[in-house]
Amino acid sequence: MPSYEFPARFESLDKIRNVVATIARSGGFSEKAIYSLQLAADEAATNIIEHAYGGASGAFLSVTCDLKKDEITITMRDTGKAFDFDSVKTPNVKAKLSKRPIGGLGVYLIRQLMDTVRYESFNSGNVLTMTKRKE
Amino acid sequence: MEITTQTFKHCDLISVNGRVDSATAPQFARILEAAMDAGRFKLVLDLNELEYMSSAGFRALLAAQRNCKRYNRGEVVLARVPQRIREALELAGFTELFKTFDDPTVAVGNF
Repeated sequence: MPSYEFPARFESLDKIRNVVATIARSGGFSEKAIYSLQLAADEAATNIIEHAYGGASGAFLSVTCDLKKDEITITMRDTGKAFDFDSVKTPNVKAKLSKRPIGGLGVYLIRQLMDTVRYESFNSGNVLTMTKRKE
Repeated sequence: MEITTQTFKHCDLISVNGRVDSATAPQFARILEAAMDAGRFKLVLDLNELEYMSSAGFRALLAAQRNCKRYNRGEVVLARVPQRIREALELAGFTELFKTFDDPTVAVGNF
């Protein structure tokens, strides 16, 4: 299973979304599912760039996409700061305009778009594993 | 991402093309801020040619809507929202915060 390395910069997001879309399309995922996978991958990579690396230059993140018969697993690895993924509060997406939280939306979208999401921190770095089944 | 703005008597029509993500959202936000700084608070965003928008773009939309609606001076409305983007906005609960129109001319006429 090939692993793709990207500089941890927002300019990499386009390429990350393209890799995910190409692999998901080859696995027969619907265009709706492909858009969801691209959005989840983008939000996850954005989090790594912003939080794990805090915008530091020279850092990298790696992306692998593992196709199985009925599901795809996207794994992202970074060597930055651990990010307490599970402590991100669920934003109230029903709140009125003035009470709408400005943060937490990325993690919320990842959880909504993917079937399973697991975040692990090791001494060597952090691993986010996200799986989506075919509908 | 490419953005073009047309100024009408009662509102601005802003067409957003391409992809809005964390790389391009700051430019998207700056264009919305420039309109508001110029005293334009009635904004129609035509999203017909928008291919993709992440939560970075959603945040810019939210900030603009808060600013425009202050003192009842205006509002941001959306026109021709592509299906995938509409679905993502729904997931984020944003469709409740923005009037949407199928026809940008009707959206402009709304002001």
